[in-house]
Amino acid sequence: MYYREAGDFKTSYRADQQNFPIRFDRIHFWVMMALAFGVVPFFINDYWANAVFVPFLIFAIATLGLNLLTGYCGQVSLGSAGFMAVGAYASYKLMTSFPELNFFVVILLSGGITALVGTAFGLPSLRIKGFYLAVATLAAQFFLVWLFNKVPWFYNNSASGQISVPRREMFGIPITGPETAASTKYLVCLVIVFVLGFVARNLTRGRIGRSWMAIRDMDFAAEIIGVDPLRAKLSAFAISSFYIGIAGALFFSVYLGAVEVGEAFGINNSFLILFMVIIGGLGSIYGSFAGAAFLILMPVLLKNVLVGGLGWPSDLAAHLEFMIMGALIIIFLIVEPHGLARLWAVTKQKLRLWPFPY
Amino acid sequence: MSPDFLYAVEVLLNGLMAGVMYSLVALGFVLIFKASGVFNYAQGVMALFAALTLVGIMNGQVPFSHLINAVFGTSVHEFGWHVPALGAIALTAVVMVIFAFLVEKLILKYLIGQEPIILFMATIGLAYFMEGFGDLMWGADIKALDVGLPKGGSIWIEENTAWLAAEGSRFFGFFIDKLDVSATLVAVVLVIALTLFSQYTATGRALRAVADDHQAALSVGISLRAIWVITWSIAGFVALVAGIMWGSKSGVQFSLAFIALKALPVLMLGGFTSIPGAIVGGLIIGMGEKLFEFFVGPLIGGATENWFAYVLALIFLVFRPQGLFGERIIERV
Repeated sequence: MYYREAGDFKTSYRADQQNFPIRFDRIHFWVMMALAFGVVPFFINDYWANAVFVPFLIFAIATLGLNLLTGYCGQVSLGSAGFMAVGAYASYKLMTSFPELNFFVVILLSGGITALVGTAFGLPSLRIKGFYLAVATLAAQFFLVWLFNKVPWFYNNSASGQISVPRREMFGIPITGPETAASTKYLVCLVIVFVLGFVARNLTRGRIGRSWMAIRDMDFAAEIIGVDPLRAKLSAFAISSFYIGIAGALFFSVYLGAVEVGEAFGINNSFLILFMVIIGGLGSIYGSFAGAAFLILMPVLLKNVLVGGLGWPSDLAAHLEFMIMGALIIIFLIVEPHGLARLWAVTKQKLRLWPFPY
Repeated sequence: MSPDFLYAVEVLLNGLMAGVMYSLVALGFVLIFKASGVFNYAQGVMALFAALTLVGIMNGQVPFSHLINAVFGTSVHEFGWHVPALGAIALTAVVMVIFAFLVEKLILKYLIGQEPIILFMATIGLAYFMEGFGDLMWGADIKALDVGLPKGGSIWIEENTAWLAAEGSRFFGFFIDKLDVSATLVAVVLVIALTLFSQYTATGRALRAVADDHQAALSVGISLRAIWVITWSIAGFVALVAGIMWGSKSGVQFSLAFIALKALPVLMLGGFTSIPGAIVGGLIIGMGEKLFEFFVGPLIGGATENWFAYVLALIFLVFRPQGLFGERIIERV
């Protein structure tokens, strides 16, 4: 009843191939975007930006990246946090070595550097797959974190071994550094998420995305119909790492400001991103956002209910959070291995017919 | 012999002992992987949970006391008794069997026939759950575990190896922890017991049948689900042994869960389906990372133990993807 495609006729190929073929979806999408760009920045405060919106947007980028690799190309990676660290340190080195470089150029370049590193660590995927590959990417995770800890060049010989972001401005407004306003942080992330989301969506609809999916579904068959596995897999690793690197750069420069590599980019974050992909839905752009939102919001919510509402000690809430997270993952895998994206699709199907059963 | 060479030998010996510890964890992985095709990421957390439970029972802690106190405003902490080590170990074993039963009942039953990677992720979820659950049940503070195993460097070995170097050189015999020696003995006993069990008992044969072919095993009347409970219980015992060893060595704490990650490269080296492989792989990794740290570590900044095992496994994968002893079942591209 609410969700109708009747009367939505297409008269040109262009109209037929647009991103949201159904008018209802299209309108909703633009309403959401109008809210995100036009309304939220005026109401956002430090708490909401730092606890919810900025981490959500940054992890959404990382989840998109991992979803391109794992969901679309079928290559499992447990090294996401390591690649985020590459992005973060690349942006740090670029910002300190070339102070006059535009912030967005820095972000793009750090994505590019991460893509190179990711491709190098993706090379084993040409020979192995499944969780053998997952373990191989763990090597990347541990090696990269160790490298950034041990080689002083990466953190400019700072005494603490930490890196902290220098202040950068754009149009006279600080966009990194401690004086950055909550709304600026939010808007910087939002713009990048918007662009990257658009690119990801269209990549997966095009030739390259289809070659990934062919590899994912059956690599032999894909090779026979002319997909080059080497190109498909390495491009998936490169583009996925590009996204994750950008997420890492933003995580460091916009969100945290100062980073200690083992803490911010530890193995737990790799798992967190993987969980976001699974819970959101493997192979779904919408799911990447849903998964990231879910796993960012849930701890905040739990904390507010348990610590704020019931007055429990916060370590107890942290343990419960672990339990709930683990249980949710198992429940999702049992009930709906395709995640929130599939649930949403099922709901849409139901809404189309509502209130009639058939 | 020159002291430098002897130091290298000492590092090698200690590496071998550390390798035994890795092997203990890897064993649990192999058992479950063979029987159910599940790559059980939660093995490390199982060891942590078993060790926590053991300490909790030994000290007479009230389970969930933290939670109970928070909800009801009471302040209960301990029952006030102490259970002897052996009794506590037996009780913990019972807990692990119950745990195995619940895992089968609540998780595995619903995931039969799913892709291995889905099962793998389910065990990651299980690991997270157990981490939270263990801390909630017994508290998250670091606990000392003492089940009466000998500890500290062995004076006997030191005194009896001191003659190896020339008089006056700075070498005073090999330093070897007694705990490592007992861990090695326990590992040997465990492997022999497991081998005998799987070769000479009916249940053991059923386990091997399931490992060979699920469907064929089902068709001759072996209950798959009973076998899975048994395998997970055995893996639980192995986790308990590993938990005791690691807990006695470095205290029962959260970092225990990460030994699972160390066991992964051991498995890649030894092969996922081979019990001897797990042992040999553990020894190679333990030895390799200690020697690498000893010779190369000082040149590149140290702390190479964090990644050496993975990089070694990575290089190994390129040349022999099925591991040293594994079956040729790995899917190649």
